[in-house]
Amino acid sequence: MSSSEFLSQFLFTLITFALLLTLVGAVKRILLWSQGQSSTIHWLGLLQIPRRYLVDLHHVVARDKYMSNTHVATAGGFVLSAILIILLYVFQLKLQILTWTLLGSSLLMFVGSLFVMRRRRNPPPNLSLGKWQRLPKSLMVFSLSFFILTLPATGILPSDTGGWLLAVLLVVGIIWGIGEMFFGMTWGGPMKHAFAGALHLGLHRRQERFGDGQSTGLKAIDLNAKKLGVEKPIDFKWNQLLSFDACVECGRCEKNCPAFAAGQPLNPKKLIQDMVIGMAGGDDAKFAGSPYPGIEVGTHKGGAIIPIVNVLVENETLWSCTTCRACVDACPMMIEHVDAIVDMRRFETMEKGQTPGKGSEILENLSATDNPNGYAPSTRMNWAADQNLTVFGQNVEKQEVTQADVLLWIGDAAFDMRNQRTLRAIIKLLRAAEVNFAVLGDAEFDSGDLARRLGDEATFQRLATSNIRTMNKYQFKTIVTADPHAFHCLKNEYVEFGGHYNVLHHTGFFADLVSQNKLQLDNSKELALTYHDPCYLGRYNGEYDAPRFLLESMGVKIKEMDRSKSTARCCGGGGGAPVTDIPGEQRIPDMRMADVVETNAEIVAVACPQCNLMLEGVVEPRPEVKDIAELMLDALIEGVVENTGEGVVANAVGGEV
Amino acid sequence: MTNDNLSVISLVSIGEHPTSRRPRRAEQDARAIELGIKLVGENLQTLHAGELPDDANQQTALRSYLGMGLAEMNLLEMPAQADAVLVIAEHLKQQNPDVILTGVRAESGESSGMLPYLLAEHLGMAMVTSIADILSVDEANQQAEVLQALPRGQRRKLIVDLPFVASVDMAAAMPRQSAFGPAMRGLLDTAVAGDFADEEASTWQTSNAKKRPKRLKIIKAKTAADRFKAATAKASGGGGKVVHGVEESAQAILDLLVEEGLV
Repeated sequence: MSSSEFLSQFLFTLITFALLLTLVGAVKRILLWSQGQSSTIHWLGLLQIPRRYLVDLHHVVARDKYMSNTHVATAGGFVLSAILIILLYVFQLKLQILTWTLLGSSLLMFVGSLFVMRRRRNPPPNLSLGKWQRLPKSLMVFSLSFFILTLPATGILPSDTGGWLLAVLLVVGIIWGIGEMFFGMTWGGPMKHAFAGALHLGLHRRQERFGDGQSTGLKAIDLNAKKLGVEKPIDFKWNQLLSFDACVECGRCEKNCPAFAAGQPLNPKKLIQDMVIGMAGGDDAKFAGSPYPGIEVGTHKGGAIIPIVNVLVENETLWSCTTCRACVDACPMMIEHVDAIVDMRRFETMEKGQTPGKGSEILENLSATDNPNGYAPSTRMNWAADQNLTVFGQNVEKQEVTQADVLLWIGDAAFDMRNQRTLRAIIKLLRAAEVNFAVLGDAEFDSGDLARRLGDEATFQRLATSNIRTMNKYQFKTIVTADPHAFHCLKNEYVEFGGHYNVLHHTGFFADLVSQNKLQLDNSKELALTYHDPCYLGRYNGEYDAPRFLLESMGVKIKEMDRSKSTARCCGGGGGAPVTDIPGEQRIPDMRMADVVETNAEIVAVACPQCNLMLEGVVEPRPEVKDIAELMLDALIEGVVENTGEGVVANAVGGEV
Repeated sequence: MTNDNLSVISLVSIGEHPTSRRPRRAEQDARAIELGIKLVGENLQTLHAGELPDDANQQTALRSYLGMGLAEMNLLEMPAQADAVLVIAEHLKQQNPDVILTGVRAESGESSGMLPYLLAEHLGMAMVTSIADILSVDEANQQAEVLQALPRGQRRKLIVDLPFVASVDMAAAMPRQSAFGPAMRGLLDTAVAGDFADEEASTWQTSNAKKRPKRLKIIKAKTAADRFKAATAKASGGGGKVVHGVEESAQAILDLLVEEGLV
């Protein structure tokens, strides 16, 4: 028997055996996922895998051009090679065209692997080491082995080239390559991301995310369930468990996480890896990436039916998250970190009653007074005592109305003196544009954003259903609000409770008015200004253009920060982070203000009351913080406002006297 | 501290939020439960006497005590006008508890703060007011070491014989958070209580409270430390003195009137 005949027979046995083992591994992995709770199985999504991989996933990967090209070469080369190898060596289809294609695809993969190798030479800190450092070598061995193996078959080299020595070398290389690329795919090697990732793309819990769609609202849970929230890994939905396995440890989440950068004990990548450890059982000693800041790797272990918090993951890790969604947005595998964190928070709050910091107090206040700081509900409209606002209601004597074009949602800025200035500006602008609007007055409750993100789904659902009941009594076309958190809740999270509204953030609404010339802005002022994207307006709702359009209408040339739009750094104010107040090495708003200072801007324009408070909380000297509505009022062409806004107020007051 | 054989009962009421007037977990009662859990853990018994709340908010308020980690709560059903003291005393006589914990005063209803006193009288037990903590219970000698809260953060350690009634002050440890799940799933063990009419209350006349004139607080502090002291000080006794003799008494009164600028 010649060495080539031996190789051919050997390969048939080896590959068939490896494929069988891969299949066994796949079944084992699927059984791990099936420990999770039931959730809709989107079978049709499976057909979409190639499209989602090539379009949606690649769209995210391509934010790093080097890596996207590398991945196209390596992954494309591998997938093609794998198919051809199976056709050639398992099904013995000895077609010359297949052999030539395999030669090409393995070469392509080899070129890709060289770039992977180069990147791995001095890996940036967000990349995991350990088995991930082995991967480029395995890719290279796999591709090179099959390239050399294929050369004689194409006739470029005579058969039996190299004799038995090369044959032995090829056997070793192929065992290594097949071991990593086939066997490792379902037995926990780095290639697991390809197997789990593909299925995850197809069976994703948020199918709406694909094809430029958007799905950012948290999902409601049944409050009558025996257990509320996630205590153990098996309490996650099965497709969440699957999503954890899709993680490729690229660390883009880590690079974008504000809590990680601030030295708080959270690293989204490690969190997902910990969930994998929890699902499969074991400890975190082999984790080869950055630890949670301040927590040593190798000190925690978990299992599918072992509680997660304070065993596998410290509670402070969960509560460091600002729910800014930077990790989710950056994740090429479309993993939903925020969903997992909120699921675990729900158990901490609703089953254990262990919301840290001021959480407990805030939630009690929300229960008793419908606002987080416990102000008397009857004082909600005190800030507007001089505004003569039209209120929705049935009392005709008080000139209440049941109908208006716009419902102006005030939010908890009503109780905050800084953000009351924004509200006043908005009201003047609305009057200047002669918009017919009314407010809910004392009947408006907190939107429930904070309660929900602190894990108190019960309070959120109560607030949401109360607000919906109130709003359903009245007729209006649009809800306008200055608070992106309320905006997000009303628009995306009330839907599950029967609240379907047309909601606009004030920047979106004003952008329409400006483009219709109903508001005229002076564009002669020269302002050194940058704009800070609120997470809940930008990443959660994709609104990056309206605020910029408004600023440009005022003649501003925005000095964009490096991290803006979808990669904007959070102000630190979301997700109840200021309430739970987990200590770190520095404060998130300080880091954001440093981003602002870098642009040499004198003003940072914001579009969210929470951002306003967080950034104004940075010690002076620092750039001034102003809401876009305030800037607009400064730039409003005067004649218009006197005729309408101020005039109406003056007449009304005069009329009463 | 392990007190496996100790029987502790905590009395709870439906509180009322000061600004929204919505039913809630009463602050002092919640502290009493926190203290009870510290003493005997899951063995703590809780008791509420009152009308069965049909209002969802009131039920939620009552259940929020269960959310602190109690499996069940005993509910003595009685008409609104009945005398809760008699109802509770009757129930407790059969239970022989070692320690009965209450708040200092209820947040709604009569809110007289008399319940712990009357209860102690009916049961023939000692009564300790405004406690901040129970430091230890010596079951062999039937004694407990109790920390009583006094103004300005002062504390007085008392040795009290078991059994006793204690009202828990706001100075006691903050109550743990009430969790929604356990609150909803906890059991309300309802029993119909005997009908004890509150004969005294039926003779009362009620009228709306009037605002009393209040002395303006004039702070003459010069330093920040003084201002801080003035802002944080609680009214406290100790300024008075016993004066004997007509002359001296008259002089003392005159001095006060002069000091107040009334003469």
